[in-house]
Amino acid sequence: MASTQAPDRRTLLDMYRRATAVKQNDERFRAVIKSGKITATYYSPRGQDIIPAAVSVNLTDQDYICTIYRGIHDMIARGVPLKPLWAEIAGKVTGTCKGKGGAMHITHPATGVMVTTGVVGSSMPIANGLAMAAQIRGEKRVAIAYFGDGASNIGAFHEALNLAAVWKLPVVFVCQNNGYGEHTRYELATSAAKISDRAQGYQIPGVTVDGNEPLAMYAAAKTAIDRAREGGGPTLIEALTFRFYGHVFGDADAYMAKGEKEAAMARDPVVRFRVWLIENGHATEAQLKDMETVIERDIDEAVEFALSSPVPDAAELSRDVFATELTR
Amino acid sequence: MSASESPKTMNTLQAVNLALDDALASDPNVILLGEDVGDRQAGGVVGATKGLSSKYGDARVRSTPIAEQAIMGAAIGAAIVGMRPVAEIMLMNFTTVAMDMIVNHAAKLRFMSGGQTHVPLTIRTMTGAGFGNGGQHSDYLEAWFAHTAGIKVVAPSTPADAYGLLLSCIEDDDPCLFIENLPGYWTPGPAPMRGQRIPLGKANVVRAGRDVTVVSYARTLNTCVAVADRLAKDGVDVEVIDLRTIAPFDEATILESVARTGRAVIVHEAVKSFGVGAEIAARINEHLHEQLKSPVTRIGAPLCPVPFSKALENAYIPSESAIEEAIRSRMSRKSR
Repeated sequence: MASTQAPDRRTLLDMYRRATAVKQNDERFRAVIKSGKITATYYSPRGQDIIPAAVSVNLTDQDYICTIYRGIHDMIARGVPLKPLWAEIAGKVTGTCKGKGGAMHITHPATGVMVTTGVVGSSMPIANGLAMAAQIRGEKRVAIAYFGDGASNIGAFHEALNLAAVWKLPVVFVCQNNGYGEHTRYELATSAAKISDRAQGYQIPGVTVDGNEPLAMYAAAKTAIDRAREGGGPTLIEALTFRFYGHVFGDADAYMAKGEKEAAMARDPVVRFRVWLIENGHATEAQLKDMETVIERDIDEAVEFALSSPVPDAAELSRDVFATELTR
Repeated sequence: MSASESPKTMNTLQAVNLALDDALASDPNVILLGEDVGDRQAGGVVGATKGLSSKYGDARVRSTPIAEQAIMGAAIGAAIVGMRPVAEIMLMNFTTVAMDMIVNHAAKLRFMSGGQTHVPLTIRTMTGAGFGNGGQHSDYLEAWFAHTAGIKVVAPSTPADAYGLLLSCIEDDDPCLFIENLPGYWTPGPAPMRGQRIPLGKANVVRAGRDVTVVSYARTLNTCVAVADRLAKDGVDVEVIDLRTIAPFDEATILESVARTGRAVIVHEAVKSFGVGAEIAARINEHLHEQLKSPVTRIGAPLCPVPFSKALENAYIPSESAIEEAIRSRMSRKSR
């Protein structure tokens, strides 16, 4: 790893704060959904926590992200405020999208979360457009497109990488390869040994990195984001990872190899990062505990806010369809 | 171009080019993208964008790969952050390749984001039977889009309307699908008044009449006017309404007209089954059933892909005689 790509202590702690926020929120989402207090189709991102944390610490407030319906970790790591995030998942009028989008379509332009798509593969063509606007306007913004390994097999991926390469757009394609597209194992659906190999077809840099390894993930993200920002064009990052709770929360995982999940959970990337930070003298146990306590309190407040908020009025069906409210 | 030099007539191709030119000149956020739209590619397959990349630069008038999802995605992303892209999908049948981007994203992002984002995008596309282009280059698919919440559908019938409606689409804060008729591009008409916008969502009463209301749009509107002129000589007074905007359509103007005439015929080139005519007929029935002197009827293409052979193509397109027959048969029904 080039020494210039090594995060300083402050950045390491910022990464940990974002990663543990993903972890702690996920634990609460699953508990609250299980309790029946919120009804939502939930795609747990646990296990993939490090990836967006390492990307996000390399972004400025001006940068854009496009993510997908299983991208709640991308939003939390980016810093979408928890109260409206939780309220959106609960379908409340105080949600980021007034309860009209839901967990699969959380949008928060104030933190650069411009689109969350429910369609596999669709984050990439739109991220190109965000990057194109920045390029035309001469801004130094970068757009991140998050997607999964399954999305690298759909046409939109290939169209988007080709266009981004031809136009040298300031976009970074971050593929979170968790080994499964829905319930189908990687090898059964994907011809390439590595997804990053596909970058060669478009003559752009492609890199495969252990997405659960904070320093490696940070370096890959930083290199790609810096390159995009300086006019060097797009990069495809394949971040290898694993999801702890299947595709959709509650799925039986019968399609997985025996012991695969348990082995991955035993190597929980957030827990490992925590131990590493303490062992290497970047933080004390007390410091991290304090950080986690603050996040836990924020989550308490967000859950309370979400549960106590009102539901949207049926009149919302006429609003935001077009610029002008519909009369029926 | 100074006022003194303004031409008296213009065709739709020239009118579209002029509207794009004026939009690019007045707002730096307007950009064009699509296959072959740049001057190095001769300004589009029919020349609709000729001269514009030379005038405004390759950054704002961008030729793209043949990749409709990529074109539409780029346009949507740019629109979300305040640009006003005009994305050209060469032929309407090719919108099918970008359907996810158009229907799931452009049309829905305003609602799904609770109004935090919107997509001020114009999609220009051309279509229409008549040039022997067969089953995958000629379809009118406007009903698919009209059925989708969040996107406006516009289809001009004259050069001046094309100019004024296209400017309105580009300046509108919602995504608009702007449908141009390919065989009609070179038909001259009165030149538009420079800078004059035509409001979206408002129909145009092209010809006032007392006996029958005929509703149409795009090329068949002109066929309807020709038929109405001929019927006038036989004492049948036809009111012809050009929808201009198919969705959301101007229900008030249609209902006001049919309430007076008591008879209605809806005409479009698209397949009749499940078409725009069905929706308009249903609305008329819902509101005016008691006042109708005869059942509302529709003229459209048969449920058939657009055929190649000239003989078949002529039989496919709604004919003047079919429209005339429909109007006459409305008149021969006994008044209630």
